[in-house]
Amino acid sequence: MIRKARSIALGTAVAALALPAAAADDGAGKSYTPPRPPGDFTPPPDSAIPDGPMGDMIRRGRELFMHTQKLSGDYVGNGMNCVNCHLDRGRKASSAPLWAAFGMFPAYRGKNDHVNTMIERIQGCFRYSMDGTPPPADSKPMVALLSYHFWLAKGAPVGVALPGRGFPAIDKPDKPYSVARGKTVYERECAICHGSDGGGRKAEGTWVFPPLWGSESYNFGAGMHRINTAAAFIKPNMPLGRPDLTTQEAWDVAAYINSKPRPQDPRFTGELAQTKKRFHDHMCLYGTEQHGRTLGAPDGE
Amino acid sequence: MKPQRFNALAPALAALLLVPVGDAAAADGRKIARNGTNAGAPACKTCHGMDGAGRAAGGFPRLAGLEAAYMVRQIQAYADGTRANATMKPIAKALSASQARAVATYYADQKASGRKPDGKAPAAGRRLATIGKWSKTVPACNACHGPGGRGGGADFPAIAGQHESYLVAQLKAWRKGRRTNDPNGLMAAVAKGLTAKEVQAVAAYYARQSAP
Ligand code: HEC
Ligand code: HEC
Ligand code: HEC
Ligand code: HEC
Repeated sequence: MIRKARSIALGTAVAALALPAAAADDGAGKSYTPPRPPGDFTPPPDSAIPDGPMGDMIRRGRELFMHTQKLSGDYVGNGMNCVNCHLDRGRKASSAPLWAAFGMFPAYRGKNDHVNTMIERIQGCFRYSMDGTPPPADSKPMVALLSYHFWLAKGAPVGVALPGRGFPAIDKPDKPYSVARGKTVYERECAICHGSDGGGRKAEGTWVFPPLWGSESYNFGAGMHRINTAAAFIKPNMPLGRPDLTTQEAWDVAAYINSKPRPQDPRFTGELAQTKKRFHDHMCLYGTEQHGRTLGAPDGE
Repeated sequence: MKPQRFNALAPALAALLLVPVGDAAAADGRKIARNGTNAGAPACKTCHGMDGAGRAAGGFPRLAGLEAAYMVRQIQAYADGTRANATMKPIAKALSASQARAVATYYADQKASGRKPDGKAPAAGRRLATIGKWSKTVPACNACHGPGGRGGGADFPAIAGQHESYLVAQLKAWRKGRRTNDPNGLMAAVAKGLTAKEVQAVAAYYARQSAP
C-alpha cells in the first residue's frame, strides 16, 4: 500500500518538475537575456484584491509572507521571510509560486508519509525553512497566509500541475558537484550580497540579504538543504537580478552553501547517524565531514 | 638644557600622537572640498556644495551621506574610464588615493537637507522600487538598495533623495554601456530591463524619498 502511494506521489512530483527548463544558455552570459518565465497561469493583480474582511485577510497574508519576521519569536526562529525563497511575493514561476501550489493539496508527501493539507504544507515551511514553531491551523497568521495562497490561485485549475510549479528540473552536472569549486563560485558571485560568512546582511535593523547558512538560516530539515533542490532554485533565480550561472556552477555552489553549519534538524533523535539514516536518505551532506567537522553534529561532538 | 628641550618637545609630540586618524582625514577632506588640491583638482563644492547637496540643474549628484568606500570606488572608476564622464575624469585623476579617501570621508559625514521636487511621481515608480518588474527579472530596487532605497552597504549606494536628473542619467549610462563599473554587472542587468518611461518614473520616485 505504502509503496504504491509513494510511487504515485513520486510520479506527480516528477511530472510537476519535468517542465521545460528555462531557456537560458549556459554560456555564463556576457549578453544576458532573461529567461521567459514558463507558466500560462497569471495570478490576479494586487489591485483586484477585494475590499472588506476577506480583502483585509488577503492583504494581511501578503504582509506576513513578505515580512514574516513580524512573527519572529512566536512562529519564526531564524532571520528568514517566506518571500526569500518564493520570489516576487510568491508569484514568480520557478520559485515555488503559491498559485501553482494551492490547487495541488491535499497531497501525499513522502517526507512525512501521510496526506498533507495546504495548511500542513505551509506549516512544514515554518518548521524547517523558518526554523520555527508552526502557527496552529486556526490561528490568525495561518488564516491570513492561507487566504493569500488562495487569492493568488484564483482561477487556477484544481489538481493540475501548472507549468512553473516548484523549481524547474535542473540537468545533471557534467562533473560530480564539488564543494571546493562551489566556494570559488560563491566568492565571485554571491558573497557581495550574502556575505563571505554566509550570514546575510541587515540595513537599518532589517534583513536585506538573507542568510544562507549559520544560526539565522534554514535548518537541516528544510528542502533547500538538499543539493539538488538548492541547485534547482539557484539556477533560475540567483544571482538575484542576473541569474546566469552554468548548470555546473549552480550544482557546485549549492553543494558549498549546504556544506556549512546551520540549525539542527528538528527531527533529530539525539543521535546523528540514526537521524541521518532515518531522514536524510537524499542528496545532502548532513552527517558528513565538511571543513574539518561533522555536519549536523551537536556542539562538542 | 637637555631636560628643558625634552619638555618643550613633549607636548607637541603628545598633541601629534593624540590627533585621531579620522579627524586628520576629515580636516584634509574638508580642505579639498573647499579649495581643491595643488595637483589641479578643483574645489568639489563648486558643483557638489560644501554640504554635499549637489545640484539638480547641473546633474551634480548629492554626495552627503553616501558611503565613503562607495565614493572612493567611483572616483577610481572615473579615473580608469569604467565610468565615462568628461567632467569627473580629470578631477578623479588629479586626486591621490589618500586624497580621494579623505574627501569621500568628509562627504560621507555630511547631512545636507536637500529640497524634494514638487509634484507626485507616477505609480510605476513606487512599484519598481518596492516590487520590481519580474517579467524582465528585475527585482525591487530596494532589494539591493536597502530599506526605502537608503542604502544596503558600501556596494549598494543610497539612491533615495538623489536628484532626479542624475538618477535618469545613470540609468541611461548603464543602458548605453557608458557605466560598466558595477560589481558583476548587477546594475546593468537591472537598467537594461527598464523602458525609458520606467526610468523616468523610478527616478521621480526616489528623488521624492528622504535621503539617509
Ligand atoms: C544582488 C544580491 C544577490 C546576489 C549576488 C545573490 N543573491 Fe541570493 N538572494 C538575494 C536576495 C535579496 C534574496 C531574497 C530574495 C527576496 O526576498 O526577494 C536571495 C535569496 C537566496 C536564497 C534563498 C534564501 C536563503 O537565504 O536561503 C538562496 C539559496 C540564495 N539566494 C543563493 C544565492 C547564491 C548561491 C548566489 C550566488 C550564485 C546568490 N544567492 C547571489 C540576493 C542576492
Ligand atoms: C529557505 C527557503 C524557503 C523559505 C524561507 C520558505 N520556503 Fe516554502 N518551500 C521551499 C522549498 C524548497 C519548497 C519545495 C519546492 C519544491 O521542491 O518544488 C517549498 C514549498 C512550499 C510550498 C508548496 C509548493 C508546492 O508547489 O507544492 C508552499 C505552499 C510554501 N513553500 C509556503 C511557504 C511559506 C508560507 C513560507 C513562509 C512561512 C515559506 N514557504 C518559506 C523553501 C522555502
Ligand atoms: C565641475 C563640476 C564638478 C566638480 C568640481 C566636481 N564634480 Fe564630482 N561630479 C560631477 C558630475 C557632473 C558628476 C556625475 C557624473 C556622471 O554622470 O557620472 C559627479 C559625480 C561625482 C561622484 C559620483 C557620485 C555617485 O553617486 O556615484 C563623486 C564621488 C564625485 N563626483 C566626487 C567629487 C569630488 C571628490 C570632487 C572634488 C575633488 C568633485 N566631485 C568635483 C561634477 C563635479
Ligand atoms: C541586484 C541588485 C540591484 C538592484 C535590484 C538594483 N540595483 Fe541599482 N545598483 C546596484 C549596484 C551594485 C550599484 C553600484 C554600482 C557601482 O558600484 O558602480 C547600483 C547603483 C545604482 C545607481 C547609481 C547610484 C549613484 O549614486 O551613482 C542608481 C541610480 C541605481 N542603482 C538605481 C537603481 C534602480 C532605480 C533600481 C530599480 C529599478 C535598482 N538600482 C535596482 C545594484 C542593484
